Amino acid sequence: MSAPILEIRDLSVGYQTERGYLQALRNVSFTVPEGKIIGIVGESGCGKSTLISSIIRLLAPNASIGNGAILFKGQDLLGLSPGDMRFLRGNEISMVFQDPMTSLNPVLTIGRQMADVQHRSGASYIGKRSRSLMMLERVGIPDPASQLGRYPHHLSGGMRQRVAIAMALMTEPSLLIADEPTTALDATLEVQIIARLRELQRDFGCSILFISHHLGVIAELCDEVIVMYAGEVCESGSTREVFLGPRHPYTQRLLECDPARIPQRTRHLPVIEGSLPDLVDVPRGCIFRERCAHSMARCATERPGLSAGLHLSACHLPDLAS
Amino acid sequence: MSIVPAVIRSTFTALRKDPLGMAGFVLVSLMLFLTVFAAWLAPHDPLEVDVANRLSGPSLEHWLGTDQLGRDVLSRVLYGGQVALKVALVAISAAMAAGLVLGMMAGFGPRWLDRILVISFDTVRSFPTIMFALAIIALTGPSLNTVIGVIIITSIPVYARVVRTQTQALRERDFILAERAMGASTARILRDHVMPNIAAPLFILASMDVPAVVGMEAGLSFLGLGVNPPTPSWGSILNDGYSYLRNSPWPIIAGGLPLIAVTLGFTFFGESLRDIFDPKLRGKDQGGK
Repeated sequence: MSAPILEIRDLSVGYQTERGYLQALRNVSFTVPEGKIIGIVGESGCGKSTLISSIIRLLAPNASIGNGAILFKGQDLLGLSPGDMRFLRGNEISMVFQDPMTSLNPVLTIGRQMADVQHRSGASYIGKRSRSLMMLERVGIPDPASQLGRYPHHLSGGMRQRVAIAMALMTEPSLLIADEPTTALDATLEVQIIARLRELQRDFGCSILFISHHLGVIAELCDEVIVMYAGEVCESGSTREVFLGPRHPYTQRLLECDPARIPQRTRHLPVIEGSLPDLVDVPRGCIFRERCAHSMARCATERPGLSAGLHLSACHLPDLAS
Repeated sequence: MSIVPAVIRSTFTALRKDPLGMAGFVLVSLMLFLTVFAAWLAPHDPLEVDVANRLSGPSLEHWLGTDQLGRDVLSRVLYGGQVALKVALVAISAAMAAGLVLGMMAGFGPRWLDRILVISFDTVRSFPTIMFALAIIALTGPSLNTVIGVIIITSIPVYARVVRTQTQALRERDFILAERAMGASTARILRDHVMPNIAAPLFILASMDVPAVVGMEAGLSFLGLGVNPPTPSWGSILNDGYSYLRNSPWPIIAGGLPLIAVTLGFTFFGESLRDIFDPKLRGKDQGGK
């Protein structure tokens, strides 16, 4: 196995709020191997956004990193100076955002924005322009030359997201972070964008950290998946194993709730009972205990660690899958 | 900037549908033309005294009559426009530039900087402008440069506040975050992404501010605190005319009309610009088509 592009070790991040210190991420660890697409799935509030913001070090002012390390190609990002970190962003790590309607500057043309991303390349105007054209072509935008002179509001959502992807890949980063890039798009476009991302990943050889709460998209695209719940990793492994044989009760319930997997017609979609625990006052023991059908006496006192092996699960019931 | 030609073109298309805005634009253009080319258009030297012909009514020789020293009022009005224009142009562009920088610093910078700047803006604005001007002029003596300086200082907060609010709204937008995530520095974000987004409201504000500044200069000159005689200014023409109102109404009319024209012209034009650039109104317009 090659060296990981990104390795996160025991990362804990919290926010100072009026009610107290909110522990948004607690001892999160995972790795993103070179050239792989890793999916992170979890419901709203599970810490996905905090995780991304920590990696690119653009956390809200009231956030602080408690402990842990974020190793990018072996270098701890948390120890870098702001200038070095800025140099890394956009060069080595780049990002695609959720909503393509708001992630492009409304008053600048596509061409201007695409040239702007290349400000470090030192290329001439012509050079930047031809590189922009090439990138637009690769993300599947028809007639790229005429698009360069257009403004974002001239393009559809799918087109804009393609432009955003082209901009993110412009500098050939080693790691692309995609924050729910298809959530704002309709289903047909979603499939197209996913297929295009796969193809681009193969061509560019970069790793992708793909955040989503859409299980189908994760299953379609990712090599490995990390399931997060309330700021902790509860299960991780290859997409195939996690989806076919989920070990953690949360993952099992999550998969049961996926509308695509419900066999018969129903008026009542299944839900996971209860709500997220209060992260200001984190309960002892297993974080999922209150909503878990299998909780035991041990779950209330002892926090389950991630099991060893390639398919990891943080649960006291080791053979739940069978 | 590549957005400028497109903006100008779309502005003209919209102006054509707005008669009041078009009237404003025509008035503004006319005033600009008359004052810029005053040296060629003025029939007489504005300082040339002809006591034999003092306070005469309009004639072929003097279209708007003469003042108490027999100077040609039309020529004085045209040259007075130059003073008004110079004050407006210099003061507004300086105030706009400083307001832009300070406003972006307050809107994008750390909280403590924002606090300090906002408090200083409020402090400057809390003085009544005319009192502030009188205090400064009492110290330095009347001159056009003092008038310009006072207007700059009192206008900076007006621009800075607008810029600050706009910048604060922008800094939370996704595309600014996206730029950061792509490694853009703060200076780069401000210059390439924030500035083009706030340019439109800033220019509208400037255009609406012209009449206020012109009025301010005229007011101070009327009080004898602006230009030094015999330099013509609309304010000093009014003052001269006011002293001899019983002998001839022409200097008052000639000094007052251009003030009214400039105020109306820039206000109509500015309001029209605001309607064109206001995204909410623009959205409604497109929905109605």
